[in-house]
Amino acid sequence: MTDNKQTILAVRDLKVDFTTPDGTVNAVKGIDLDIRTGETLAVVGESGSGKSQTMMAIMGLLAKNGGVRGSATYRGQELVGLAPDQLNKVRGAKVTMIFQEPMTSLDPLYKIGRQIAEPILYHRGGSRAEARARVLELLELVGIPEPERRIDSYPHELSGGQRQRVMIAMALANEPDILIADEPTTALDVTIQAQILALLRSLQRRFGMAIVLITHDLGIVRHFAERVVVMRRGELVEQGATQEIFERPQSDYTKMLLAAEPHGRKAPPPETAPVILEGRNVVVDFQIGGGLFSGGKRYFRGVDGVTLRLHEGQTIGVVGESGSGKSTLGRALLRLIHSEGIYRFGSTDISRLDRKQMRPLRKEMQLVFQDPYGSLSPRQTVGEVITEGLMVHEPGLSRADRDRRAMAALEEVGLDPAARNRYPHEFSGGQRQRIAIARAIILKPRVVILDEPTSALDRSVQGQVIDLLRTLQQSHKLSYIFISHDLSVVRAISDYLVVMKDGKIVEQGDTQDIFDAPQDAYTKALIGAAFSI
Amino acid sequence: MTDLSSTSLPDENMTTGRSLFQLAFIRFRRNTAAMAGCVMMLLIALFSYIGPLFSPHAYDQVFSSYVTIPPSLEARPDESALRGAIEGVAGRAKVKLDSFEVSGRSFTATISADAPIDPRATRYFDRANEFRDTKVVTAENEGRILKVAGQLNREYFPFGTDPNGRDLLARVMLGGQISIAVGVLASLVSLGIGVVYGATSGYLGGRVDNIMMRLVEILYSLPFVFLVVVLVVFFGRSFILIFLVIGAVEWLDMARIVRGQTLALKRREFVGAAQALGLSDWQIIRRHIIPNTIGPVIVFVTVVVPKVILLESFLSFLGLGVQAPLTSWGALISEGANNIQSAPWLLIFPSIFFVATLFSLNFIGDGLRDALDPRDR
Amino acid sequence: MIAFVLRRLGSAVPTLFIVVTISFFLMRFAPGGPFNLERPLPPATMENLMRTYQLDQPLWRQYITYLSNAVTGDFGPSYIYKDNTVAELIGKGLPYSIELGFYALLLALVGGVTMGTIAALRQNSVLDFSIMSLATVGTTIPNFVVGPVLTLIFAIMLSLLPAGGWGDGSLSFLILPMIALALPQLAVFARLTRGSMIEALHADHIRTARAYGLPARVVVVTHAMRGAMLPVVSYLAPCAAALMTGSAVVETIFTIPGVGRYFVLGALNRDYTLVMGTVVLIAIFVIVFNLVVDILYGLLDPRVRHD
Repeated sequence: MTDNKQTILAVRDLKVDFTTPDGTVNAVKGIDLDIRTGETLAVVGESGSGKSQTMMAIMGLLAKNGGVRGSATYRGQELVGLAPDQLNKVRGAKVTMIFQEPMTSLDPLYKIGRQIAEPILYHRGGSRAEARARVLELLELVGIPEPERRIDSYPHELSGGQRQRVMIAMALANEPDILIADEPTTALDVTIQAQILALLRSLQRRFGMAIVLITHDLGIVRHFAERVVVMRRGELVEQGATQEIFERPQSDYTKMLLAAEPHGRKAPPPETAPVILEGRNVVVDFQIGGGLFSGGKRYFRGVDGVTLRLHEGQTIGVVGESGSGKSTLGRALLRLIHSEGIYRFGSTDISRLDRKQMRPLRKEMQLVFQDPYGSLSPRQTVGEVITEGLMVHEPGLSRADRDRRAMAALEEVGLDPAARNRYPHEFSGGQRQRIAIARAIILKPRVVILDEPTSALDRSVQGQVIDLLRTLQQSHKLSYIFISHDLSVVRAISDYLVVMKDGKIVEQGDTQDIFDAPQDAYTKALIGAAFSI
Repeated sequence: MTDLSSTSLPDENMTTGRSLFQLAFIRFRRNTAAMAGCVMMLLIALFSYIGPLFSPHAYDQVFSSYVTIPPSLEARPDESALRGAIEGVAGRAKVKLDSFEVSGRSFTATISADAPIDPRATRYFDRANEFRDTKVVTAENEGRILKVAGQLNREYFPFGTDPNGRDLLARVMLGGQISIAVGVLASLVSLGIGVVYGATSGYLGGRVDNIMMRLVEILYSLPFVFLVVVLVVFFGRSFILIFLVIGAVEWLDMARIVRGQTLALKRREFVGAAQALGLSDWQIIRRHIIPNTIGPVIVFVTVVVPKVILLESFLSFLGLGVQAPLTSWGALISEGANNIQSAPWLLIFPSIFFVATLFSLNFIGDGLRDALDPRDR
Repeated sequence: MIAFVLRRLGSAVPTLFIVVTISFFLMRFAPGGPFNLERPLPPATMENLMRTYQLDQPLWRQYITYLSNAVTGDFGPSYIYKDNTVAELIGKGLPYSIELGFYALLLALVGGVTMGTIAALRQNSVLDFSIMSLATVGTTIPNFVVGPVLTLIFAIMLSLLPAGGWGDGSLSFLILPMIALALPQLAVFARLTRGSMIEALHADHIRTARAYGLPARVVVVTHAMRGAMLPVVSYLAPCAAALMTGSAVVETIFTIPGVGRYFVLGALNRDYTLVMGTVVLIAIFVIVFNLVVDILYGLLDPRVRHD
């Protein structure tokens, strides 16, 4: 159906290898790919699939230890092995690229106007004044407010979304044939994501360039791309029209990926279930600035008068964008940070307890973090990690008892008990998150606060972790507070939903009700952005 | 090696994993420059500490007949000097020297005279510094020709001697002992103070941290040399005090590094997890903070050791180092620098060992950093 | 900006005060005194001297006197250079030290940054290895070795340059001490530049610049270099202060009439006032250069604001 479209970039048997001290890593193992005029091609894969490295290789941007073989021809010109000054005539002019991290992709030391103007001046020549006029035009185009003023801003003076708009302006400056977008929205909040994708789509309609979208997010692909290429471990698994792939996936891997979209719903606990954890009028202030000798302390209110009741067996999903105070609320409820308000655990008032008095209660209330790489001490074995809590709360246990408990806990989270003698760095992200969960449940707690437990994981692994959490909830009669920015995950696991913005609750209620009929404007925007990209 | 990054579940057979330290050690062993540095350092240490056991001369032994002689693998005195000496002896004994042969530390000579020679003439030989235990081997022609043999008082000075007639080889060995000891001990002192101070300041944070760090800043703005000079003048010049003093000045950087590490670690999620588990502050510091600061600290120690050795040499140059007859490389080098025209070997030999040591330590330090922090460098 | 400078200078006062106080008492608690010579002076002379220099007064009074005089710029008489006040000695010596130190700083900065950049761009090559070995040699060989060796080669063996002294202050007199002074710092700059340059070249925004087809020269010079210079600039302050306040070693070896010698001489002879004078001098240099560098840093990095 796209036969009338001409192929502008043809990739043939492209291989990328990295020489590391630990041996050669084959990141891309020979893939074929065509990019046609004006189309939107999504390259989908999980981390380590080689999707980014393929594009980096084409653009000549591999790290020094990377080598590329094979062929990538742009309108008949071979790009692989092309001399840098020849390659520089293509990249930035005919093929441009935007990156995942808008925070670091721009040079922090130069004004954005200058950075956008640079490729214009190098590829088209002309005077600085002409370039400046063009930059203003571009800033207007990508929807930067007050371009006259913003052109002289430094990157750190802009928000993440604005920076990504600046990157897009830079990418469009020379009216390219192909725009490669490498996870352009991953680092952005959901509502901003939607805006950036909408912008890309409207610009594509206007200028007719081809867009190659590299992403791990199938939700984006479905609504945005015409054609999909699925990659796995450096190999091309499947390609075809988007609709085709989503409706009739051929390879098992694609099927698995599609099925990995979190599914299922959770039924609420019975009405009679008692309240197990409660926080009333939770207020958390952070001190910003103000040192020993410079007065003038200022405060930032992270959580502003939130009240939350967790019933036994319930899962409360707390959603919000970055800076909404959702993680802070979780830590305040566990009494891990200084906060005001009234807190109860079961029938005990824990508002006035100090650290020492809280210690015996820690066994009952556990926390699982987002980053499975950061939450395990790299110098302890897995066994030491998960039994650490036992040493505090059940000091009477013998070494052998602890070992037995560790084995049981590992088995319960689906890991080989032999793992207890190994170190965290030997495990993948999903396995590490299982270890972190084992550390929490080995104490047999009643409440677990899960702070973005799936956000750092690949989709396929996310589903497994969520299944595990569900199973554990049933077998241990756990109550969860599930903090996340990912609405599809929250919808699958929680029965009660709390939407936070700027430290306050804007809406709460039964999960299904809110998803079906959101009341608050912000909730509507959030849900709209997440499910209709 | 690649199996470590694979995503497969741990193998049943492989029940123990490799800790980060073991991995770092493997990477370190593969670093040729660093391993060469280690071997070199080991050799220098053996030379300094074991060497004196095999050296015939003590570091404070004075050879008044060999003052400031250049290095040579030949024994001293050399053959022509010996010939001159024996001719003098023959003259005094009023005999004729027919032949004279030297082999290693013994000699044989044939003397003759018109009348039979009294065998006690050998005493004339023994009276000279160079010869001893001279005996008559054969007497021919009714004692008119005597073959005598004896031992030579010969010394080997492969590194030459200093203006006081002391063997430079022995002195370089001693200098090595003192320089290395000062380097290691002072680094340990700075390590001890720095780690405790830095970790306390960083972990407690807030007001305590503010005050403790302000103190460090003030100590920083005190001229560093001033502190050392005043402390050395104040405490005197004993060996122990010198490394204590240097260590007491060098801990500032260590404290800063450890504090920085602690602050970063405090924000890491595994510390948060430990707090959620209900561990006490001390348990967290001991089980989580300190083990994780060890990497940068080890690397920093390898930087401090050469720095301390340099500082000690600077003190020696100023005349504030260890007191004679003890010496250090720095003192030897400064002595050599003063005699650079007349006796360049006094500068060359200690400098070679000094620079080789600092080079090795540098390579070891770089290797450790690469091994402990395996990001692309 | 002006407010920032004033505030910084204001906060320097307590620092200076504490430095002076610590040095004063540290010095006085050390055994010995300025007139404890090898051959003891007759008690009457001693008493006389002590009275002249007010050393017979209680320590706290001496301290108050010193502080109040120091505020007016009077740092007292030197005990070993009896005809001079400390201010005079420093005033005479400082210009020599500053001039020599400035040239040495220039050499170290330009040489070190150039070498470091080349090493970073040719990372892990033979060139990189040689430059870094050279830098290691520079940091490891003490300048009291470098000085005599330079003199031996260039002044005595080749007779190209004078062996020491200031002469007419022409370049030929400066070259050898300048090299001896600059070498260790040059090595530090080279290492620092190499490290931060390698890090800068791995930054995401460098990838962006390359992705947009900017020529390698622009990528390296405009984008990588400027960022990589930030740590170098930070090191500039302690380095400049150290170089310009003179080095006892280099000034002794090359017989240069700078202030560096006073420091060690003063400390060895318990010349309290002279040592205090040099301590204050060094502290002031450190504070001023830190301020200059902070301002420079603000100009280089727009994320830093001085308001």
